[in-house]
Amino acid sequence: MALRRAPLEYNRTWQMRAWLFGVFFFLYAPLVALIAFSFNDSKRNIVWRGFTLNYYHKLFNDQVLMIAFANSLTIAFFATIISLAIGALAAVLLWRYRFTGKTAVEGAFTLPLVVPEICMGVSMLLFFTRVIPWPNDLMWPLSLGSIIIAHVSFCFPFVALVVGARLASFNKEQEEAARDLGANDWQAFRDVLLPHMRPALIAGGLLAFTLSLDDFVITFFTSGPDTVTFPVKVYSMLRFSVNPEVNAASTMLILLTIVLMIVMMVMQSRAQKGKG
Amino acid sequence: MATQTQERRLAFLATALPPIFWVVVFFLAPLAIVWAYSFGQNVSLTQVDITGTFANYVRALQPLYLGIFVKSIVVAGVTTLLCLIIGFPVALSIVFASERWRPWMLLLVMLPFWTNLLIRTYALIAVLRTQGYVNFTLEWLWNNASWLMTMVGLQPLGDFTPLQLLYNNFAVVVGLVYVHLPFMVLPLYAALDRLDKSLIEASLDLGAGHSRTLFSIVVPLALPGIISGIIITFVPALGAYLTPDLLGGPDSQMIANVIERQFKKANDWPFGAALSFLLMYATFAAIALRAYFSRGKAAEGHGI
Repeated sequence: MALRRAPLEYNRTWQMRAWLFGVFFFLYAPLVALIAFSFNDSKRNIVWRGFTLNYYHKLFNDQVLMIAFANSLTIAFFATIISLAIGALAAVLLWRYRFTGKTAVEGAFTLPLVVPEICMGVSMLLFFTRVIPWPNDLMWPLSLGSIIIAHVSFCFPFVALVVGARLASFNKEQEEAARDLGANDWQAFRDVLLPHMRPALIAGGLLAFTLSLDDFVITFFTSGPDTVTFPVKVYSMLRFSVNPEVNAASTMLILLTIVLMIVMMVMQSRAQKGKG
Repeated sequence: MATQTQERRLAFLATALPPIFWVVVFFLAPLAIVWAYSFGQNVSLTQVDITGTFANYVRALQPLYLGIFVKSIVVAGVTTLLCLIIGFPVALSIVFASERWRPWMLLLVMLPFWTNLLIRTYALIAVLRTQGYVNFTLEWLWNNASWLMTMVGLQPLGDFTPLQLLYNNFAVVVGLVYVHLPFMVLPLYAALDRLDKSLIEASLDLGAGHSRTLFSIVVPLALPGIISGIIITFVPALGAYLTPDLLGGPDSQMIANVIERQFKKANDWPFGAALSFLLMYATFAAIALRAYFSRGKAAEGHGI
């Protein structure tokens, strides 16, 4: 049957539409079901028995889970700040300077992006037990130090990537103009380059925050017996059973991620608009 | 002026030292220690001597572990192939979508990618388990069919036995495809988007059918992007830990699970270190392959 359509309008064919529907159904149905059943008034996750907020109530009263959540947010916060500093410097370094061994340094900065998570987790485990044993009895934020360090190590290359892309659009003459007008290196950096990098710093920071918040494997190896993060706690919960409380906890994390992602996309599109 | 060069040097050092310090101390050094451990042996419960032995690597090449390595490669390969088959039409469709729809379709592909891996795996458990949604749907269909058969005077079908969809290799592959699909779609999209669409139109105008156009025009032109997608999907799938751990059965262990066991349960760190580095070498080989294929071409954009 010769349907009249332009040759390239593949999306008009029913096969393509069915395929797309199938793929997006496959991607989203499990997540939608997970969220829906966190409001289900039944221990069994399979039949709808009515709306309830019981499991969220339980969640907020679950001391251990709330501590784990606070830990995750704290770790993500510090890991983001340090990753931003290190990542931005790494990007500026590669963008501005030529020096011997630059290729090697560039390689070292991208390596964390490709090393398998499990290898990185194992190396952090070794490092923080045999080389610099992280004391178990430190005060609260410090006890998270080893996890924060591990998170920075895999987050900062992403920040460097985002900031590097932004720097590529920087007009170096602006900086020269600032110098000609009497600014020193630091002033030129602070007043000209930094404002240009801002959208990328915000996007990169949100990226680092999300990555840190989501990480399970590396944290699983780095964390001591007493420090539990949210994903590690959820892991141990779902090892036991599939129950609506895990659904509620997951839903909260999904919501948080979506909010972060939307903010990040808005920032990124702003950064792109400013490219000129 | 001497002070100005000095100031310049200071600025350079202030820029260079923090990131280099960090990557050396908190990334390369830990990896180097793992590498050193892979040439060591346990002398007591917490003591490892770096003796320069190759025993750990020899042990890793025993049929048992070699088998797990081969199996990991096969599972990651099947996952990558399925992602390619499932993802290619999706990428194509995004490329040909209207301006209004394209960002939303990209967002739809990326959103699961940003959702916690653990949560997505957990969501699949609820779908696949014996009392999960798939079996629930099948049971409902089965009972209806059974009822229909009694209606037309046939024997009922008997009781429904739920399918074992979880804790086997099937579940691991489904889980890996579920998790890694965006890794394939995004680079494919980036490659197809750069394609000159008039070439496709020309091919169609000159009488080639859609499938011939696809396989002799679109695929060869997008090949670097396809290879990129294959490797970007294959590498994390090969090192996957969580998916086989939560969805797999006793016989669906992948290499990462064996590594984890050496460190957390078997307490054989040198052997675990050797396995880790074998996995790293495999990963690097895959990445080198990608560099080889995209040699001379502009760096592939695979917008995250």
